[in-house]
Amino acid sequence: MSEPIYLDNNATTLVAPEAVEAMLPFFSEQFGNPSSLHSFGDKVGRALLNARRQVQALIGAEHDSEVIFTSCGTESDSTAILSALKVQPNRKEIITTVVEHPAVLSLCEHLEKDGYTVHYLKVDKKGRLDIQEYANLLSDNVALVSVMWANNETGTLFPVEEMAELANEAGVLFHSDAVQVAGKLPMRLQDTAIDMLSLSGHKLHAPKGVGVLYLRRNTRFRPLLRGGHQERGRRAGTENTASIIGLGQAAELALANIEQENTAVRRLRDKLEKGILAQVPYAFVTGDPGNRLPNTANIAFEYIEGEAILLLMNKAGIAASSGSACTSGSLEPSHVMRAMDIPYTAAHGSVRFSLSRYNTEAEIERVIEAIPPIVSKLRKLSPYWSGDGPVEDPAKAFAPAYA
Amino acid sequence: MWDYSEKVQEHFFNPRNAGAVEEANAVGDVGSLSCGDALRLTLKVDPETETILEAGFQTFGCGSAIASSSALTEIIKGKKLDEALVVSNQDIADYLDGLPPEKMHCSVMGREALQAAVANYRGEEWKDDHEEGALICKCFAVDAVMIEDVVRANGLRTVEEVTHYTKAGGGCSACHEGIEEILTTVLTEQGEAFNASAKAAPPKKTKLTNLQRIRRIETVLESLRPQLQADHGDVELVDVEGNTVYVNMTGACSGCQMAGMTLNGIQQRLVEEMGEFIKVVPASAMQKMAAAG
Ligand SMILES: Cc1ncc(COP(=O)(O)O)c(C=O)c1O
Repeated sequence: MSEPIYLDNNATTLVAPEAVEAMLPFFSEQFGNPSSLHSFGDKVGRALLNARRQVQALIGAEHDSEVIFTSCGTESDSTAILSALKVQPNRKEIITTVVEHPAVLSLCEHLEKDGYTVHYLKVDKKGRLDIQEYANLLSDNVALVSVMWANNETGTLFPVEEMAELANEAGVLFHSDAVQVAGKLPMRLQDTAIDMLSLSGHKLHAPKGVGVLYLRRNTRFRPLLRGGHQERGRRAGTENTASIIGLGQAAELALANIEQENTAVRRLRDKLEKGILAQVPYAFVTGDPGNRLPNTANIAFEYIEGEAILLLMNKAGIAASSGSACTSGSLEPSHVMRAMDIPYTAAHGSVRFSLSRYNTEAEIERVIEAIPPIVSKLRKLSPYWSGDGPVEDPAKAFAPAYA
Repeated sequence: MWDYSEKVQEHFFNPRNAGAVEEANAVGDVGSLSCGDALRLTLKVDPETETILEAGFQTFGCGSAIASSSALTEIIKGKKLDEALVVSNQDIADYLDGLPPEKMHCSVMGREALQAAVANYRGEEWKDDHEEGALICKCFAVDAVMIEDVVRANGLRTVEEVTHYTKAGGGCSACHEGIEEILTTVLTEQGEAFNASAKAAPPKKTKLTNLQRIRRIETVLESLRPQLQADHGDVELVDVEGNTVYVNMTGACSGCQMAGMTLNGIQQRLVEEMGEFIKVVPASAMQKMAAAG
């Protein structure tokens, strides 16, 4: 069989060969502790500063000291949210959205048990927020707004720059989980009112297990991990130097390729989407197609189930993911699909294709060819399907006794 | 992705008896609301002998839902209705060489579809009495609804008690936070507070003497024997040491690929019947251990 095709870049990405190359010395001769005074440490310390500046350039931060290296996107999210609560003990409310990544949602749900009030902004059928609802919630009781820049399942973008302005005017701290945006859309944080922002290395062709928390200068802050003076005491623990160097290199590459993400990658994504929708009836794009990441296409295939689709795709050498309940290990279908009120016969069949600049035209053509027979094979097994279309009045024709 | 057995994959990629049976005279439609899977089972039953002549399935669901449906139709074809009705979800899972704990509900759905189809054939109404919650304990596949019910029914107060009654939390212990949350919710309803350092009430069961315990284990093995013999195998109790039960697998079971699976099945049954954690180990391992010691 030909080489497998990887269209699951919102889950994780291949480490750029240049990043691997840059990292290698830091596993061997460059082993020094960056905090040490001697030359072993000093060289590594300088390399870290360089990586910090590469990340600074990617996100358009004003100062390199606004970049704090962490162990992952999740740590950055937790640090930001818990810090905002710590510095404002009298503010007991948080505003976030129903479609955040579990890195934010699970923590918020946990904080509710500790007595905090969390406002979860709803989304409409296209996954968009109601800004008026948001503006009405801002008050002196709110410690923090945490809103993702782009949704990992649908790629739908939220107007975080505008929302940060509103928060700023109301005197409320603003954090954004930009894990899916960094490297895909240009960003200049110094021109925004965003106070804190999370990103994760492995989503932009750096290794797993390294992330960044952007912390605007003069933002009140309390560390999650206390200990040594690494990261100016804001994140103790000896640095994961090799991965940080890899992240710096990947950030530089991402910045150089950001145009390509929005032209070449976007074109391939659109070609894939159109190619599939032209051949497969009863399929539609979820989220807000007019306002989303250039690399993401989330397509709901009605009357069939996502895990079954993924297994057949995997057999055909194509990797993607699904919002189906059965792929997550929980029994619930994706909270993002449910929040958009997608009927469950479609939500379970949603498949996320997420591209990267490493995908080729030939790969996309192979996928366009492979998907239609997979869908029809599964529809032949479906009780909602008959011949060339859904059974008449599917909800009535097949109304199982539910447990 | 999931750790699916070869057999599950095989039945998923090449499902048997897919599609509706023509001239079916029994139809069972069931679904699991929580996970969204749904299944229609159609049967052609010989009215004279009540033998299932043909069985077909249509499934909206994941890989193991499709594989379980396929397995179900293979198991019941040619059986009489009353024979088919005793097919359990464990039988379906065993037929597929096991399912991941998160996926056991797929086999439950198969059994329910069968019950619904038979009820339909007999002009009865089938009612589902099985409610399913989020999976809490992955080691022993125990869900939230089950834990809640048992906590309520028995007035349980500690994680340890929950483990005694349901096995949940008796394995890797990662779900203890989840169990504590359920205890907190139920106890709050009853106007009590959950106290993490409370002592577990001693299990109500009176302690068995060694002899009683071994007899009990024998009885359980005895009850499993017909199933094993049907597969041309057998099991023999060799020794009991604390929580470890040493057995000899004989006949077709010994050395066959399935021996591991079968041991797991026996262990699960023993844990259920004895209400304590029990490890089933082949007697050959005992000798090896003795040699190593
Ligand atoms: C939007 C979003 N936030 C946070 C994360 C978590 O990042 P990490 O895996 O680095 O902890 C992810 C990735 O899974 C994500 O997509």
